[in-house]
Amino acid sequence: MEYLIIIISAIFVNNIILAQFLGICPFLGVSSRVTTSVGMGAAVTFVITIAALLVYLLQYYILVPLGIEYMQTIAFILTIAVMVQMVEIILKKVSPSLYRALGVFLPLMTTNCAILGVAIILVQKEYNMFESVVFASSTGVGFTVAMVIFAGIRERLDLEDLPAGMKGAPIALVTAGILAMAFMGFSGVV
Amino acid sequence: MSKIQILTRGIIKDNPIFVLLLGICPMLGTTSSAMNGLGMGIATMSVLLLSNIMISLFKNLIPNKVRIPAYIVIITTLVTALQLLMNAYTPALYNTLGVFIPLIATNCLIFARVEAFASKNNVVNSAIDGLGTGFGFLGALVLLGTIREILGTGTFFGHKFIEGDGVLIFVLAPGAFIALGFLIAIFRKVTAKIS
Repeated sequence: MEYLIIIISAIFVNNIILAQFLGICPFLGVSSRVTTSVGMGAAVTFVITIAALLVYLLQYYILVPLGIEYMQTIAFILTIAVMVQMVEIILKKVSPSLYRALGVFLPLMTTNCAILGVAIILVQKEYNMFESVVFASSTGVGFTVAMVIFAGIRERLDLEDLPAGMKGAPIALVTAGILAMAFMGFSGVV
Repeated sequence: MSKIQILTRGIIKDNPIFVLLLGICPMLGTTSSAMNGLGMGIATMSVLLLSNIMISLFKNLIPNKVRIPAYIVIITTLVTALQLLMNAYTPALYNTLGVFIPLIATNCLIFARVEAFASKNNVVNSAIDGLGTGFGFLGALVLLGTIREILGTGTFFGHKFIEGDGVLIFVLAPGAFIALGFLIAIFRKVTAKIS
């Protein structure tokens, strides 16, 4: 039950993009086609889950015992950057097909604030190891859901006749606002 | 480029938010009121200014191949210092901004200026560039914060001047997206008219 609440809350109620404003750069940048959004969403879910596990171990087995919690940000960022590189190298060898599918999106992960954001949030909320992994993977799913819905709308927006000033980013942001309003309907669920 | 041009470039022509669309996450996440926008703007501006100065000082010492990790370490060190300072001296603001303070380290705006400007220019020009771009970002944050606060609660920096409740949606998440969308459209229209 506890896990179910974490999952529903991370996907719908506190959606990482539409309620917490994390990971908006890829959301606006990559979401013009449904297929690329699925790829980006899968890459984020994959990286965010491994990152959560690593960050958990780092926080409770290295930073806390040594009493250097103030090094959190720098330790997390470097771990995530190294991890993204490692995942890229390993995927290339082990699963070339997955690497081709996720490849272009992986280097973007280091500067994706959703990854570091989730890492910091799960430490703040004092989740245990299993909860951290569940929370991170459902956040990734929430990211994918928002991306895919949004890409579907944007594919149609391309065909609309808009005033010159509203083309591109402005209309995308207004659309995201309306989507966020729709997601607010979930706020009573949990 | 003259020093004045470097300073104004980041404010109007290459405004980080309205033109380049960099750093949108903190822009939306921290502007529920003008005061929060101002706090976040000053925090980001000081990190941007200091990291531009530091990196242009060290640019000849850092080997080209490891420059990205080196920049990350320098920027994050500054962010950590800021985090500790804010926790000590402005605890209320620190708690409101929450996760967005450590996330200054992943703000693509800072990375973009460091990589595109500070790693190629001298200290004085880099400092001016950091100040100009920082002001552009700060201005955008305060503007969006003010608009959301006035529409959402009828207050300006906490002073109530419109009677009634206001349109609460502008303080919440959807209002942030919608207000920024219209602001960018207006900014484009105005700059197109001027030039």
